[in-house]
Amino acid sequence: MMRLPAFSLLAASTLAEAVEMLRDHPGSTVIGAGTDLLPNMKRRQVRPATLVSLGAIPGLVGIRRDDTGGWVIGALTVLGDVARFPDLPGALRAAAGSVASPQIRNTATVGGNLCVDTRCSFINVTEEWRAASGPCLKAGGDVCWVAPKGEQCWAVSSTDLAPAAIVLGASVRLVGPGGERTIPAADLYRPDGIDHIAKARDEILTEVSIPPLAGLRSTYLKLRRRQAVDFPILGVAAAVRTGDDGIVEEARIVLGAIAPAPLRAAATEEFLVGKRLTPEVVEEAGRIAALPVRPFDNTDLGSRYRKWMTATFVRRALRELE
Amino acid sequence: MIAPRFSFVGSGRPRVDAGDQVSGRTVFADDMSLPGMLIGRQLRSPHGHARITRIDVRRALALEGVEAVITGADLPITYGILPVSQDEHALALERVRYVGEPVAAVAAVDAETAARGLELIEVEYEPIEETASIDEAATDRVLIHGEGLGRNVHRAASLEFGDVATGFEEADHIREDVYDFRGSTHAALEQHAAVASFGTDGRLTIWSSTQVPHYLHRALEKVLELPAAQIRVVATPVGGGFGGKTDPFSHEIVAARLSMETGRPVKITLSREEVFYTHRGRHPVLMWVRTGFRRDGTITAMHFRTHLDGGAFGSYGLATLYYTGALQTTTYRIPHYKFEGVRVFTNKPPCGPKRGHGTPQPRFALECHLDAAAADLGLDPVTIRVRNLVEPYSTTVNYLRITSCGLRECIEKVVAASGFGDKHGKLPPGRGVGLAVSAYMTGAGLPIYFNDMPQSEVSIKVDRGGGVTVFSMAADVGQGSTSVLATIVGEVLGLDPATLAMVTADTDLTPVDLGSYSSRVTFMAGNAALEAAERIRDTVVAAVADELGTTRDVLVVGDGRVGVEGAPEKSIPWPDAVRAAISRTGPLAASGSYTAPTLAGPYKGSGVGISPAYSFSAAVVEVECDAETGHVRVERVWLAHDIGRALNSLLVEGQIEGGVYMGLGEALMEEQAYRGTLHRGPSLLDYKMPTFLDVPPVESILVETVDPEGPFGAKEVGQGPLLPVIPAVANAIHDALGVRIDEVPITPDKVVRAMRDLARGGSGRVGPASVPEFDFGRANRVAVPEGLRP
Amino acid sequence: MIDRILTLSVNGREHRVLTPDHRTLLELLREDLRLTGTKHGCELGECGACTVLLDGTPVLSCLTLARSAEGHAVTTVEGLAAGGVPAPLQDAFTRLGAAQCGYCTPGMLMAASALLNSVLDPSTAEIQEALSGNLCRCTGYGKIVAAVRLAARSGR
Repeated sequence: MMRLPAFSLLAASTLAEAVEMLRDHPGSTVIGAGTDLLPNMKRRQVRPATLVSLGAIPGLVGIRRDDTGGWVIGALTVLGDVARFPDLPGALRAAAGSVASPQIRNTATVGGNLCVDTRCSFINVTEEWRAASGPCLKAGGDVCWVAPKGEQCWAVSSTDLAPAAIVLGASVRLVGPGGERTIPAADLYRPDGIDHIAKARDEILTEVSIPPLAGLRSTYLKLRRRQAVDFPILGVAAAVRTGDDGIVEEARIVLGAIAPAPLRAAATEEFLVGKRLTPEVVEEAGRIAALPVRPFDNTDLGSRYRKWMTATFVRRALRELE
Repeated sequence: MIAPRFSFVGSGRPRVDAGDQVSGRTVFADDMSLPGMLIGRQLRSPHGHARITRIDVRRALALEGVEAVITGADLPITYGILPVSQDEHALALERVRYVGEPVAAVAAVDAETAARGLELIEVEYEPIEETASIDEAATDRVLIHGEGLGRNVHRAASLEFGDVATGFEEADHIREDVYDFRGSTHAALEQHAAVASFGTDGRLTIWSSTQVPHYLHRALEKVLELPAAQIRVVATPVGGGFGGKTDPFSHEIVAARLSMETGRPVKITLSREEVFYTHRGRHPVLMWVRTGFRRDGTITAMHFRTHLDGGAFGSYGLATLYYTGALQTTTYRIPHYKFEGVRVFTNKPPCGPKRGHGTPQPRFALECHLDAAAADLGLDPVTIRVRNLVEPYSTTVNYLRITSCGLRECIEKVVAASGFGDKHGKLPPGRGVGLAVSAYMTGAGLPIYFNDMPQSEVSIKVDRGGGVTVFSMAADVGQGSTSVLATIVGEVLGLDPATLAMVTADTDLTPVDLGSYSSRVTFMAGNAALEAAERIRDTVVAAVADELGTTRDVLVVGDGRVGVEGAPEKSIPWPDAVRAAISRTGPLAASGSYTAPTLAGPYKGSGVGISPAYSFSAAVVEVECDAETGHVRVERVWLAHDIGRALNSLLVEGQIEGGVYMGLGEALMEEQAYRGTLHRGPSLLDYKMPTFLDVPPVESILVETVDPEGPFGAKEVGQGPLLPVIPAVANAIHDALGVRIDEVPITPDKVVRAMRDLARGGSGRVGPASVPEFDFGRANRVAVPEGLRP
Repeated sequence: MIDRILTLSVNGREHRVLTPDHRTLLELLREDLRLTGTKHGCELGECGACTVLLDGTPVLSCLTLARSAEGHAVTTVEGLAAGGVPAPLQDAFTRLGAAQCGYCTPGMLMAASALLNSVLDPSTAEIQEALSGNLCRCTGYGKIVAAVRLAARSGR
């Protein structure tokens, strides 16, 4: 049985205390449910000496409407509750409901999924396996086995929630030693497989806010080999607002699990505005969305296939929102 | 003697061990804990191919809590499952041949100390050029084993039955195809585990999750140089086998050696990753097939070539090689048949037997090839198969004796139930149906070690309270063998099978059964149990006849009584009958045995494929394919299986449904995949076995042909039903989309590639272009059996 | 690395166990409490074999720190039968052959029992979804679905 490396578990009872603990313990990290962190630790991808548990902090669980008509979701709300919450936008519910398995959705949190570590077939393996391949950039080595000529890590952003949150215009609240700040969900991500979260180690993601929909309809489609358990190997979130005449007024499309960060399909969005979602327009939108995508062979199924599916999934998402 | 009507045989009854299973009381090997037990772990090679230039274990030994450290030098004697392939060391000696090969081992007070101990073992390697594929292996540059035939060829076979040249001359149409089966693994949910305890009396006991306690017993005797009489092997309930726990393994030998070293019990449980390296799964096989047909679809000749990627060691591979050529003839009459096959060594975990052992790969090729030929000839898939069906009670061109055969009925039933005729070629685009058939052995005709002793022995002892204890070495691997033996004995003695005491899979207590492999237990151990039970019954009946002053022929045994049929006043309860027997003849015990008839044909290699009986299966698979994403959704599977006779219909259905499931997984998603010599993803996340949401409903249809030699007429069901599923899926996808994916697994990316090819005016085929060049030399020409000569 | 004394409620009984922070609930159940009915198949949250109930909710004990189970009621397969009488679900698994090798069975039973506690008469689709995190290598799942349906109809 694979076992966890030794660590100390500190249970914070307030946010302030948690921030303090993170600050006082170098190399510490927060743990929500640990469904991402603990397997990574068992594989010795990360070895924090201290884990700061947020579970006992009041106020981090729950979904509520705010006074603008938007939603505020506590970071420790479990994914199963998001998926079952009838009132939330479609993309978010679909994304949350597609994560892993029912057991994992019973404990895995919204904050945890937004911050889920990037994945790559060269890193999500045991220490012994990585010793056989030689350590990659993300494992502290000096080469990316996926693209050995470059100096960048291409581990794949594997959060289902992020693409959905971004198309819905969500923002996240971060609390750190210097106080709190709220940033657009899109700004939480960096296009770097190693340093992929734009959040300081001692900052804590406390909640996600989703503004009122104002006519946006949204969806999330996920590509994976099996219908359960698997991480996305492509996730397409789309949100569209059309006028009474069927003309697109606003379109937002974000591609997940195809690069180190969620990718905004900006050219596609631009192309769609002012058009009706006719079969020809949808067809072309898929083509445009897939153009800049360059997946690597570091997750399941081939990179070419995932690029082709980018076009297909964007089209399907748009058809759903017609 | 078959009872006129059955009390227990046939009905769907719960497993005798189900109560423990559903309450968490079944003790699997890793659930065991003995006083003073140490935890063992193995250090594994990070190299695909390297010389070990230095091993230093001193720092590990010095660690507090580490009780012993051993290396290859401590276990220098080789072993292997087959007498001709004694090529493995429990811990690598001088050279490592795959990533994950065990190199050293520690025993420590707990798992964490054992892990730290491993980190302190210093090993220096000098990497050697690696060979990762069938193509590379044939290139002579670097030899994985010094011995063998050179060019990394483990073994090659070339057999010609009749004269294929003549057969092809008689053909109106000749078709050639090339197929690739990429290989998969068992992935039983239980990781392998063993607990070894070397006693102060010099006796070694090992409890292991093994399908073959007898062969493990032999391997331990050899490697540890202990007399067999001083070794006791107990097979714990096996948490899924499928062939993956059928070799003697390094961790078993190492646990034993560490226990001998420390004088304390030692447990080794593999991690999931280690299970992937232990492997012995389905061989990747590249295949080429050429068949001649008459206009009406009659086969005139077939030439079949296979290239097997064996991984780094022999394992069962020699048998696997011959299996890839043996059973093509058991479903179709092939008047002239040539088989050429070669197994190569590569620097990857060793392949071995997985459910269907060496036959799902050629069956995939053959059944797809037949569908393609049928299309060439303007025939439908049913007609071309029925035209060539083997007859019951016949001999094949390669000397396999067919007895009962319900293949025709299987096809008829599965075609009728599925509405195949109304669907094939007629469903809307994206939807399709596929048909395939198969046959499988009911037990290998020969033991692994040739000898004249029985292949299965069963003993029964009855106590003075009437309690019946059945002793058999057969290991229950989830298939329900213990329940089947209980059913047979219960039927003969008229006792509820659930009330029998079953003692199984313990070399100290039970007489030999060769093991739970090759679908042999129901037939072989079943016949042995039947014989033993009949002997008990006869002794008891004789005593009761004496007691009642009547003759034996009027007495029947049933409902817990022995007496005159239809005359309750002239019958006595079973316990009284037993006491009467013991009073007259002494202790009431009997043994029975089974030895297969002599079946081998007059040629080298004829030992593989022979069996006292064959099961037959036919499958129809209906699919809905997403032409854009390549996703294949299996809507339903109909599977008809000639079981001979179902001893327990619930268990039979369970085996059919499980076989279909495993076949679907192999057809659509599972692959033991590598990057070079490094496993692509040794985890249950990366190895894609189907979930609840990936499987269709299965309709099982039982065909009963009552085999004359099976216990109550029974044949196998553990492996056969997997076989037709894979080609039936491939054929259904072709029916749905018009594309041919001649490479398993048929993943969505391949389907999309084929669709894009089709759209560009191509053939819509994805698959290998050719098989490697290989000189098979002159074939061993074998005259066709007498009855088949023109 | 500090060992702490945990107080854990398992199958209605309180246990006090000295354990380090990095111990998982799975390890604690199997190795400290010797409740070996809970299995491990992947060690990484990928197979469902280690499923137990935490306050009635199915969770993966291999990804649950033992300490975080403190203050919650843990139920394992050993706690399913009431007073030695098998639960209808266990009985249905037995009668319909839903266990073959039996290794995934405890996890399967725990996930299914939670479903039956929340949905009175679940549909096939609901059962498949609720158990989609539990892998079985023997049965092909059909008989498991049938057993859960049977249990639902025979009262819980």
